[in-house]
Amino acid sequence: MAIYSTNEFKSGLKIMLDNDPCAIIENEFVKPGKGQAFNRVKIRNLKTGRVIERTFKSGESLEGADVVDVEMQYLYNDGEFRHFMVPDTFEQYQCEEKLVGEASKWLKDQDNCTITLWNDAPLSVTPINFVELAIVETDPGVRGDTSGGGGKPAKLETGAVVRVPLFVQQGEVIKVDTRTGEYISRVKE
Amino acid sequence: MIKEWHPSCTIEVLRLRAQLFNSIRCFFSARAVLEVETPLLGYACGTDPQLDFFTTDYIAHPQRDTLFLQTSPEFAMKRLLAAGSGSIYQICKAFRNGESGRFHNPEFTLLEWYRVGFTLTELMDEISELIQTLSLGYLSLNTTQRFTYQDIFERTTGLNPLTFSYVDYSAFALANGQPEAMAICGYEHGLWLDFIFSHHIQPYLGESALCMIYGYPACQSSLARINNLNPLISDRVEIFINGIELGNGYYELTDAQEQNKRFDEEIAIRLENNRPATVKDKNLIAALECGLPECAGIAIGLDRLMMVLTGSLTIDEVLSFPVRRA
Repeated sequence: MAIYSTNEFKSGLKIMLDNDPCAIIENEFVKPGKGQAFNRVKIRNLKTGRVIERTFKSGESLEGADVVDVEMQYLYNDGEFRHFMVPDTFEQYQCEEKLVGEASKWLKDQDNCTITLWNDAPLSVTPINFVELAIVETDPGVRGDTSGGGGKPAKLETGAVVRVPLFVQQGEVIKVDTRTGEYISRVKE
Repeated sequence: MIKEWHPSCTIEVLRLRAQLFNSIRCFFSARAVLEVETPLLGYACGTDPQLDFFTTDYIAHPQRDTLFLQTSPEFAMKRLLAAGSGSIYQICKAFRNGESGRFHNPEFTLLEWYRVGFTLTELMDEISELIQTLSLGYLSLNTTQRFTYQDIFERTTGLNPLTFSYVDYSAFALANGQPEAMAICGYEHGLWLDFIFSHHIQPYLGESALCMIYGYPACQSSLARINNLNPLISDRVEIFINGIELGNGYYELTDAQEQNKRFDEEIAIRLENNRPATVKDKNLIAALECGLPECAGIAIGLDRLMMVLTGSLTIDEVLSFPVRRA
């Protein structure tokens, strides 16, 4: 794997730190006029998702991490693993539930998502930004309410619960932003 | 879309720069300080262990020489002082290789001035007057603050900056979630001071005010004189506004032997750290031998000062063309 020096630490670069794959978020060059130059770097640990700050002496280097994002289709859940497939090559990957994490509540069979692979093994799952899911459970709507004010909880087919406006009914399909978990609109079938 | 040929600053900022230069010239003209110009290209360069240089080929038939782009006009200006120029100032470009970031561009503009017969305290008074004058209409600054390095360091960290304690310094780093400091700094006092100062002290200096830190530890004296009452500190001052380092000044070293010794020490450190070799400025030593008048001097980064005056977050916002568009 390539070696990267502090001046190549651009946002998004994947490197190995303390034996974990990490992504550079921010890199600030700090140098007193007459003193040692440092790089203060914000780094996300791609295994834990935690963000840390670490200082390096300018010119230090780190090994790159073999981390790639691959578009895959979600196939099914066998109870132990979630299974995904690369549409072009039909190559399949299985992913432990704990790696899927928060993404699991947005995963519907056949939907696309992004799998981050580290040394060809799944590291994390990111759902697409907008998903369309059916409401399986919500209180009956109040007649005449067309505003978005207030709202009510609605359970979706994947198990996620989102707040929806009062006029949205059970059985309807809605569009949700997976990054915020917010209702966007109804989807006409 | 911002196009690459376009300047990275606004036309408004170009005007501010012109106005700033004009105000500086008025300020010094009123005080009978002479504006001078010295070469940007020279046969010698500073030996500062922390600076890297640009070099270029000079075709002087029949041979080729290596010339350095100056990291500061300091040596040439001191030669003028030794030749009897009296107090002088200069607005010029300086070049430092490898320095690029939110507060750094490898080519930048310095205001450097020397006051013959001034003590460091007198120079600090003048710095304050100049900064207050230049800020008028852009930034309302509170009363100028002055702290000794030891005072601000102890007050902020509880550590003594003048005597090195690996145990105390490491404990501080660990308590602040920075175990990497121990690997980076090891047993080097100066490195520890740089690390702690730039992470825990500098960002909080001079909130809406000019803050002057003086009496730097002797191990960070650079070209300043060692204080004649306390050999642990040097007569060096740094100035900050809103956590941004703006300038560095000294009660200047006039002892040729001492200067020569510091050059040799710095060259040895550069060698040890595999930094590119530099050429010691023999002309400066000769000038000091002949006699540099007692003086105090400072260099202020004008691009940084403009960042402060305009509230810019990056140096690119005050430069016409930063290096990647140059």
